[in-house]
Amino acid sequence: MSDYKSGSNLEKVLKSGTFAFTGECGPPQGANIDVLKKKAQHLKGCVDAVNVTDNQTAVVRMSSWAASLFLIQEGLEPNYQMVCRDRNRLAMQSDILGAYAHGIRNMLCLSGDHQKFGNHPGSKNVFDIDSMQLINMVKNMRDEGKFQNGQEIDVPPKIFIGAASNPFGDPTEFRPYRLAKKINAGADFIQTQSIYNMDRFRKFMKQVVDMGLHEKCYILAGITPMKSVGMARYMASQVPGMDVPESLIKRLKGAGKGKVAEEGIKFAIEQIEEFKEMEGVAGVHLMAIEWEHRVPEIAERAGMLPRPKID
Amino acid sequence: MIVAEPKPIKEILEMVRDYKKILVVGCKGCVTVCNVGGAKEVGILASTLRIAARKDNREIEVGEHTLERQCDPEYVDELKDIIDKYDAVISIACGVGPQFLSERYPEKRIFPGVNTKFMGGAVEHGIWAERCAGCGTCVIHYFGGLCPIARCSKSLMNGPCGGSAGGKCEVSKDIDCVWDMIVKKLMKEGRLDDLLKFRPPKDWTTARDGGPRRLVREELVK
Repeated sequence: MSDYKSGSNLEKVLKSGTFAFTGECGPPQGANIDVLKKKAQHLKGCVDAVNVTDNQTAVVRMSSWAASLFLIQEGLEPNYQMVCRDRNRLAMQSDILGAYAHGIRNMLCLSGDHQKFGNHPGSKNVFDIDSMQLINMVKNMRDEGKFQNGQEIDVPPKIFIGAASNPFGDPTEFRPYRLAKKINAGADFIQTQSIYNMDRFRKFMKQVVDMGLHEKCYILAGITPMKSVGMARYMASQVPGMDVPESLIKRLKGAGKGKVAEEGIKFAIEQIEEFKEMEGVAGVHLMAIEWEHRVPEIAERAGMLPRPKID
Repeated sequence: MIVAEPKPIKEILEMVRDYKKILVVGCKGCVTVCNVGGAKEVGILASTLRIAARKDNREIEVGEHTLERQCDPEYVDELKDIIDKYDAVISIACGVGPQFLSERYPEKRIFPGVNTKFMGGAVEHGIWAERCAGCGTCVIHYFGGLCPIARCSKSLMNGPCGGSAGGKCEVSKDIDCVWDMIVKKLMKEGRLDDLLKFRPPKDWTTARDGGPRRLVREELVK
């Protein structure tokens, strides 16, 4: 028996002490698997695992487990995202069993954006359980071999459990504690919200390290490269819980016409370089939204290649 | 109280267009308190119906009556000598009222004149806010007396989510983030330990998820 919880590549990489690198892939708004496969090819070999989003921003897309299976076929390891908005505990557990049986080994447990933001704002939400309870449910399924109701599972799913943390959400003073709560509930690794305000993140991480949380789970710092000034402005004003400092917007603007995207990538690479040295940060989660084709270049320039192979 | 708002008058006129004798029934309970279904509003709606009919050159007769409560058969009974004169009834009580009327007077067409919104109270004059989701198992004492089931957009038991910003909910700037309030209150009281306690999945059988609810108090049943 291995001493891995799930034996996923991501778990192995993190456990080996290698600075991890995860990517992200949004499933198509349709059954167009060619689009998905193309995205997958860009990410292949560049990342240790790929987050597959679950109807992100409450917009209907191919289900995250189905898209995850396509990624496995393409030779990538998925990090299967699941939100509490669309499923009750029955559906969640049955999806987890099916996902595991098909070879999915990582999961990211999230509350989910409210349906108001999406393309079916008139829908009814579920929120039978919250993200904390989802984390704990998956842990009990794995470690105790029990369903949420206490009943035994015939072959429990061995999942490497991920959770999110937003260092910039309010109330700020509670965020490290909420992270601690997620770790206690069963999170093995954390992927943070996209970071732009490095000062605030440094302070957050200092508190996390002082609390010893980095020793209890792996923390991956979230990065989303800015493609344009418009995107930066949108993130700053329209995305709740996002902190984009004015200085960054100024820097992007200063890059001049046609050079903003490159400046955005430069900033992302600087961030990665700093995270590599930052105490408590075990890796980077790169959310290059609809920019998967730029991931190989970012990975290369940030010195993240080649990715390790651990048996 | 149960908070309601008037249905758009256009919708009400459309509902009762084919009726000539209409009874508007109010309620002296919650809907009187939230200025939507009391005697005053019965009068206003009745006048509006008459004016609208006159404008269309239609003859109608509109009666007005306000019951002590529409959620109590004893008071609903009071209509038995009046209701026969009318072909349609508009109840401007909460959603319970028109149903009690329908059950007691099955031969009558009963229409709802208000949209029932939530259980809450007036936070300012003319502004009401939700406070209770009627989940059937109250646990607000864990949360500083604030209910995350009713007041968090995601009913999180272990909040706040990442969308809490500046004390507001990600859903709308008009919604206070109840988890922001809970955290600040408990931290101020030095109750961080309570905040760190894992709250397990809720048993929703006592909520609407257990099916339509019924309450029997043996000691009161005759």
